[in-house]
Amino acid sequence: MARESREVVFVDGVRTPFGKAGSLYAETRADDLVVNCIRELMRRHPQLPAERIDEVAIAATTQIGDQGLTIGRTAALLAGLPRSVPGYSIDRMCAGAMTAVTSVASGIAFGAYDVAIAGGVEHMGRHPMGEAVDPNPRIVAEKLVDPSALVMGSTAENLHDRFPAITRDRADAFAVLSQQRVAAAYRHGVIQESLVTVATRSAELGWGLATADEPPRPGTTKEALASLKTPFRPHGRVTPGNAAGLNDGATAALVAAEDTAAELGLPAAMRLVSFAFAGVDPEVMGVGPIPATERALRLAGLSVDDLGAFEINEAFAVQVLAFLDHFGIDDSDGRVNPYGGAIALGHPLASSGVRLMIHLARTFREHPEVRYGLTTMCIGLGMGGSVIWENPHHRDAGSPVPSALPVQPKGGAQ
Amino acid sequence: MTTMTDSDLEMLITQASALTESEMVTRALSRDVLLPHTGSTAVLITLDNGHDHAKPNVLGPRSLAALNAAVDAALLRDDVAAIAVTGKPFILAAGADLTGVPKITERSQGETIARIGHAVFDKLHSAPVPTFAFINGLALGGGLELALHCHYRTVSAAAAGIGLPECFLGMLPGWGGAYLLPNLIGPDAAVTVIIENPLNQNRMLTGPQAFALGVADALFDGADFLERSLDWAGQVVAGTLTVQRREIDRGEAWDAAVARGKEFVDQKVSGAAPGPYRALELISAARTAERADAFAAEDAALADLLVSPELRSTLYAFDLVQKRARRPAGAPEGALARPVTRVGIVGAGLMAGQLALLFVRQLQVPVIMSDLDTDRVQRGLGYVHAEIDSLLGRGRISADQAHRWKGLVSGTTSHQDFAGCDFVLEAVFEELETKKQVFAAIEQHVSDTCVLATNTSSLSVTAMAADLRHPERVLGFHFFNPVAVLPLLELVRGESTDDASVATALAVAKALRKNAVLVKDAPAFVVNRLLTRWIGEVSRAVDEGTPIAVADSALRSLGLPLPPFVLLQLVGPAIGLHVAETLQAAFGDRFTVSPNLKALVAAKRPGIYDWTSEGKPYVSEQTQQLFVTGDQPSTREEVRLRVLSALAEEIGLMLAEGVVAAPMDIDLCMILGAGWPFHLGGITPYLDREGISEKVVGRTFLPPGVASLA
Repeated sequence: MARESREVVFVDGVRTPFGKAGSLYAETRADDLVVNCIRELMRRHPQLPAERIDEVAIAATTQIGDQGLTIGRTAALLAGLPRSVPGYSIDRMCAGAMTAVTSVASGIAFGAYDVAIAGGVEHMGRHPMGEAVDPNPRIVAEKLVDPSALVMGSTAENLHDRFPAITRDRADAFAVLSQQRVAAAYRHGVIQESLVTVATRSAELGWGLATADEPPRPGTTKEALASLKTPFRPHGRVTPGNAAGLNDGATAALVAAEDTAAELGLPAAMRLVSFAFAGVDPEVMGVGPIPATERALRLAGLSVDDLGAFEINEAFAVQVLAFLDHFGIDDSDGRVNPYGGAIALGHPLASSGVRLMIHLARTFREHPEVRYGLTTMCIGLGMGGSVIWENPHHRDAGSPVPSALPVQPKGGAQ
Repeated sequence: MTTMTDSDLEMLITQASALTESEMVTRALSRDVLLPHTGSTAVLITLDNGHDHAKPNVLGPRSLAALNAAVDAALLRDDVAAIAVTGKPFILAAGADLTGVPKITERSQGETIARIGHAVFDKLHSAPVPTFAFINGLALGGGLELALHCHYRTVSAAAAGIGLPECFLGMLPGWGGAYLLPNLIGPDAAVTVIIENPLNQNRMLTGPQAFALGVADALFDGADFLERSLDWAGQVVAGTLTVQRREIDRGEAWDAAVARGKEFVDQKVSGAAPGPYRALELISAARTAERADAFAAEDAALADLLVSPELRSTLYAFDLVQKRARRPAGAPEGALARPVTRVGIVGAGLMAGQLALLFVRQLQVPVIMSDLDTDRVQRGLGYVHAEIDSLLGRGRISADQAHRWKGLVSGTTSHQDFAGCDFVLEAVFEELETKKQVFAAIEQHVSDTCVLATNTSSLSVTAMAADLRHPERVLGFHFFNPVAVLPLLELVRGESTDDASVATALAVAKALRKNAVLVKDAPAFVVNRLLTRWIGEVSRAVDEGTPIAVADSALRSLGLPLPPFVLLQLVGPAIGLHVAETLQAAFGDRFTVSPNLKALVAAKRPGIYDWTSEGKPYVSEQTQQLFVTGDQPSTREEVRLRVLSALAEEIGLMLAEGVVAAPMDIDLCMILGAGWPFHLGGITPYLDREGISEKVVGRTFLPPGVASLA
């Protein structure tokens, strides 16, 4: 049968404030965080009949307890969506929510869905990374992967080894920038507009209300960061200050076919151009965004010069800097993470992909002169994920890509 | 209002705390939250006693002190834009802590408790900043009154158990509810919530119902109730949302509502319980009363009621129903119970049909009904199917559920099909030989441990078991009509009945959601014996020449659910006569077999009364002519004393015979099986306090303090 691929748009994204593990959400359930996001999306878009949602894809890295039980389905039921709306769970570690978006987007492009909800959650306080994992003994016996690959901080140290030009000093400087940018974004109300408040239960303190991210440290200085210990290696370079912390939070986004969005009057914040995931050495998983981005650019027929905005997840400063060095972008380039990133805001693993998209959508709105933007992130066990978006506010939006010919692939990234 | 000084309040709290030494304190946990839309801080107070929802927050003096301190602390600050109160998950508060009430011996102690509640809650009303209650779940009595004092309320759509049940317990909403509620939602709805619902089996409101009545200003889903409530509160504080409340009719509608309430209460308790009447007075006064005066009147009314005998009897009865009914006295080890996965009902008549339906609905196991011929079996099955269809038609069950239940019930004309049953209940003709034959026939086909239960109302269980191979599995399982409504089950132990069979039957009773009381195998057990004695005494008075109207209304002041002759009519004169004859044969002449009742049965009259087109009972010419009466009429009071004395005598004898373990079981039976009211405590507290027990049996049935002022 003849089939036409459909255009996909990112309509809107929301998230809970992010908390520090064991603090803000210590007695709040992960599924309730997701439920709050889904309900907020529905409230913000009353023109969308709930029964028109064709899928709910929710990612979580540790799918047990309150993140188990097919959380995409249970969250849909708990959120009060009609029983006819299906749902499922996704796991691609840190890129869970990103994968949720690309999966439902693929379904939309294929014609299987019109509208879907995609998001992610990680309650690292309740589910520390690696909870209940059972690595195959062959990994060690056959030296399939260096054991350091399972400790993300160690992979970041490994990355410093690979790129000696990336010093701790540069990493700390980037971390300070991230804190400053988040503080500025808060001052301008940029962050708040995507937050949904969450009632936080505490048996000892009573109910509270989460209204802002807990991790940011607005006054952070390089001097203060320089004094921090390096927990993954003696005299190493990776510190709690130049990496994202252990966090709790959830995100969700509305993704729709462009024609359906138009039919229902749903706004289009971003238009999906291409996406790609790529595998790299698990020991240096932080380089993942490089080949993933190159592949996504190739698929889109674009070059990195066509990208006017970058949202790269800050799992570790070193991994951002490796990406920037590769593409020849300055450490403090204003096109990169203009509202700050995970070092300041936090990185509840499987939820962060949509958080990047929320920031890029805001950049698009502020900068109609930017036509293309990127969301990208490194992924545990050696992967990278990249999604390229087009700004619907740009005057040329929707017309063919600038270069008629596919761009030649660049050299290997690894 | 005249505000109480803090030191006065503190003193009252100290005094009241002495009554509840082991109070489970509900903490008032204050936390600052950023109130959405305002940029300002609100203090959110969570009521939490530290236990899960199975132990709801209650408000004793120490808990009120904690709330008082929390509110005071918030009011002292100048950076607080609003104060809000909510509860731990699923619970706001279940009302006042009643554990101290039995220790109240003086009126002033009750008044103290009333005044503390008013003083603390009123701070939420007089606060200079907006106050909110977020009714997140259970909110009863004082819990709801706390919310009513706040300036605004939201309620969760998932909440259940919202109401002012005080009148059910012989009290009234005396922490502001009687004044605040009618002024908030209007007198008619307030009469429904304060009077009607409590007296209708203590009915409560769901969140949506409370919202529809105007109890709360906004309704939010359970999923994000607190988030939405705070968001809403922020909009109210920011002034971007104006709360609309309905206009209250303060004209004639107010009197009409109170009159409606009065009529309802008269019909329910006939003046016998003071609580609802005092509540109606307060509702009536709430139309024009000043707040302070209204609260003072609540203090006075509550103080009076807390030392009233009716309240003591009510709390005693409530405790029986809550505790003793759930753990029957004399029950064997529950672990002895055998599983029941298939049930047989012998007989397919109306009673058998009701029983089959009950077993199918509650046990959800296969139920097989038998009768002599296919026609009767089909009629029995037809009844059960029709009832299931009716539930389906009213949307009470799903089609799947209806299919499941219909699939569970089957019929047979052969006792062979009872093979595999773990529990067989007979509901055949009330005749010993017939029942013995039925059990003997069934014993051929069932296992040795299958319980054989009889729904007999007056025959001997021991005699019924006598000739069986396994008499130890026979017991009485006596339901009350209507089976779906009355919760009592008299569980009769025969002489040979073993513990395992009793334990099994108790487990079945519990699964059927009935309250079993263990009784000895004695004629008519408890409820029918007392009701028959009661009706017999009234009949005797009529036979002697007392006018029917005088005799039948002699016990009106007790507030019983039905006059004796109306009850007789419901039971059917023939059955009434049969039981009276059985009991006379068993116990002699203290049970009357009234010649006039015989005449009524012989004439096939449905009862003493006919009904006018307006539904009023009257004695027809035809009935009057059947009656042959003497020339020694009694007054109403004479009949009352005679009937009460007869009841006291009979209860004394039953206790002496060991029919039940204690007077509490008599009361429990009369409450659950005959609907006798809480304010009588069943019956023995009333007989005690009227001095009847002392006169007739030489002592009170209950020690002082159990159902009376200590």
